[in-house]
Amino acid sequence: MTSSMLFNVTTLTYMVSMLLFFAFLASRNRTVGLAASSAAYFGFIVQTVAIALRWKESYDIGHGHAPLSNLYESVVFFSWTIILIYGLIEFKYKYRVIGAFVVPFALLGMAWAQLGLSSGIEPLVPALQSNWLLYHVITCFLGYAAFAVACGISIMYLVKEKQEGATGDAQAGGIIAQFPSIKVLDDLNYKAIMIGFPLLTIGIITGAAWANYAWGTYWSWDPKETWSLIVWFIYAAFLHARITRGWVGRRAAILSIVGFAATIFCYLGVNLFLSGLHSYGK
Amino acid sequence: MTTSKRGFMESAWDFFCSLKLSISLLIGLAATSIIGTVIPQSPPREYLESISAAKIKLYSALGFFDMYHSWWFILLLYLLTINLVACSVKRLPRIWKFISEPTLIFDDGLEKTLSLTHQFKMEGDAATLKEKMAAFLKGEFAEPVVTEVDGEYHLFAQKAPYSRLGVYVVHLSIIVIFIGALIGSFFGYKAYVQIAEGTSTSLVYKQGEERPFDLGFAVRCEKFSVSFYDTGSPKEFKSILTVLENGQPVSGYENIPIVVNSPLTYKGITFYQSSYGPAGDGAVYYFTAQNSKGGAPVQVAARKEERIPLPGGAFMRVLESTQDVRPFMPMFSGPAVRIEYLPASGEPQLVVLLRDYPDFDRQRGGELIFTYAGADEKFYTGLQVAKDPGVWVVWAGCSLMVLGIFIAFFLSHKRLWFRIANGRVTVGGTASKNQPAFQLFFDGLTEKLKKM
Ligand code: HEM
Repeated sequence: MTSSMLFNVTTLTYMVSMLLFFAFLASRNRTVGLAASSAAYFGFIVQTVAIALRWKESYDIGHGHAPLSNLYESVVFFSWTIILIYGLIEFKYKYRVIGAFVVPFALLGMAWAQLGLSSGIEPLVPALQSNWLLYHVITCFLGYAAFAVACGISIMYLVKEKQEGATGDAQAGGIIAQFPSIKVLDDLNYKAIMIGFPLLTIGIITGAAWANYAWGTYWSWDPKETWSLIVWFIYAAFLHARITRGWVGRRAAILSIVGFAATIFCYLGVNLFLSGLHSYGK
Repeated sequence: MTTSKRGFMESAWDFFCSLKLSISLLIGLAATSIIGTVIPQSPPREYLESISAAKIKLYSALGFFDMYHSWWFILLLYLLTINLVACSVKRLPRIWKFISEPTLIFDDGLEKTLSLTHQFKMEGDAATLKEKMAAFLKGEFAEPVVTEVDGEYHLFAQKAPYSRLGVYVVHLSIIVIFIGALIGSFFGYKAYVQIAEGTSTSLVYKQGEERPFDLGFAVRCEKFSVSFYDTGSPKEFKSILTVLENGQPVSGYENIPIVVNSPLTYKGITFYQSSYGPAGDGAVYYFTAQNSKGGAPVQVAARKEERIPLPGGAFMRVLESTQDVRPFMPMFSGPAVRIEYLPASGEPQLVVLLRDYPDFDRQRGGELIFTYAGADEKFYTGLQVAKDPGVWVVWAGCSLMVLGIFIAFFLSHKRLWFRIANGRVTVGGTASKNQPAFQLFFDGLTEKLKKM
């Protein structure tokens, strides 16, 4: 058995989970909902094993490093963290239905990695040979994943709000009635960002510590650094927006979606469109 | 006159205390920061040649080529700082009062503001009930403060009141980080130096300065080496450095290997591996040349581009060399050279020689067979030199920030009030964070009270 087989199983399972979530939205059947999140957790376990296996495989061929060193590995890890954060939030707040808006992100990541990215295990270039790589990448991606979950919740918020506004009745509407109330969605959005913001902060700090250790400058306004700061500013604005009258709800949801768009640009766009020190995603 | 002046000061103060300003500044910083990631900072000449003169003029006037140090970006950062300080000055005393002088009396007004309240009938006189409830609160929650007003008893207990200060710790940390950055920019520097193997220097070149700067001690590069993976991509760049004071090696700083991600620090100055290259054209390459019909091989030593006579009227010249041939010839590895061979008669030939494959040149079938014995090539190591006395302040600020964020997000200021009057106990409570979890706790508490 190889890690790449298990990654294929993971992708399929997330696909099944997403379809079940959609069926859950349509049918309001609790059993379907349970099956949907069980599928997501099963996929998560398979993926965990696959990541561990890939780690071992890298030692077997003599390169020996954590599977976080190129775009393929980072996308796989990102999708893993998304399900992890979703699981935490579902477990803690018991709103299964947000899976319908979160699992697709994880599926998208896995499908892209499996179909579009080269999956070879390569040796680490000198710049990445540091334990800081682990701390930095893990915290950043957990943060990104929490923002992905917040973005899914914010999309639900906007859909729900629009529908409530249209009918003037919170009870109407088949599928959307399954959603938690906009008050709850607003709160969940905040809670997801409350998980993501400290993680991103630690991610930026470990990145700065690493840069200082490796290059003697903790901050050099490299495009990736700057974009991570942009993301951080946006979520800081979000946190303050929430305690200001007139900014809760709709505007906060939009800010959260903009924040996630910036996060994705920070993660992928910088490497695709801009140049800098983080050759990482190339 | 005075009133309008006062009015101005007051509105300026309100302006700087407003959270709307904070949100605008944060979004403004996020939006403007994008510019510097799209327009190259300190752009190379090729970029400048690729855009129009009008654009260059506009961009330089707006400071876009060094955007993060432009006056308007710095101004935004200062505004943020002022906003932060003003907001804190305005709110902190109130918060402090809130913590140090909590509301002890559980009156109707307070009761109306609380979403969690509960009322019980209880047997016993007020004084006994008070003792009982105080013991209960102490056991289940925290030691209460008891106040008696007109024969009614008010009990107040709280947990983690200082968690309210978490956000101020975060805000303070931002200012600490700014201070650290300022210290670094005033008292620190970044420089660069190239040291050839076997030589030492005390002079480094600071960024943007022509004249060298004397460190006050010297660094010698004992050796530089580079190694490669099977794939031909670099595995490690390593310099062996020794620190010299007055020409003498400093004990504990002799033959220190430094690689990317593992620098050397001496007297607060850190040396980072950053680049390397051949040190001048001082390298000597060693060859043997043997006639294919037999006879003793001839030893040849050559510098690059030097025309070396060979037996029989031929000549050779070293054109280029590499430490590792894999990127050019993936089937082979190890050092290689390319030489030009000028036979006594006939066309000049380009010949590749591989140190680790001594028989390689036989295939050529030439009159002379070469082997390459290697070179004593000298490298220079390129070191980044940095001194930043502010860096510890920055780390202190970062730690403070993480601590503050955790306090602000994950600690909750919980408060409970009990009122004992007319054989009835009224309970109320509130929490600053995670209200649902507090509600569970509150419900559990009232269940226990019911059973008493
Ligand atoms: C322009 C500068 C800023 C001002 C004037 C400002 C002001 C404030 C104020 C008044 C509060 C509410 C405090 C309370 O609830 O009593 C707050 C909360 C907070 N601020 Fe700031 N702030 C600024 C910048 C920042 C930045 C850059 C960060 C980045 C980490 C930050 C992090 C926080 C956090 C984490 C909270 C708590 C939010 C929550 O509990 O949801 N602030 N800020």
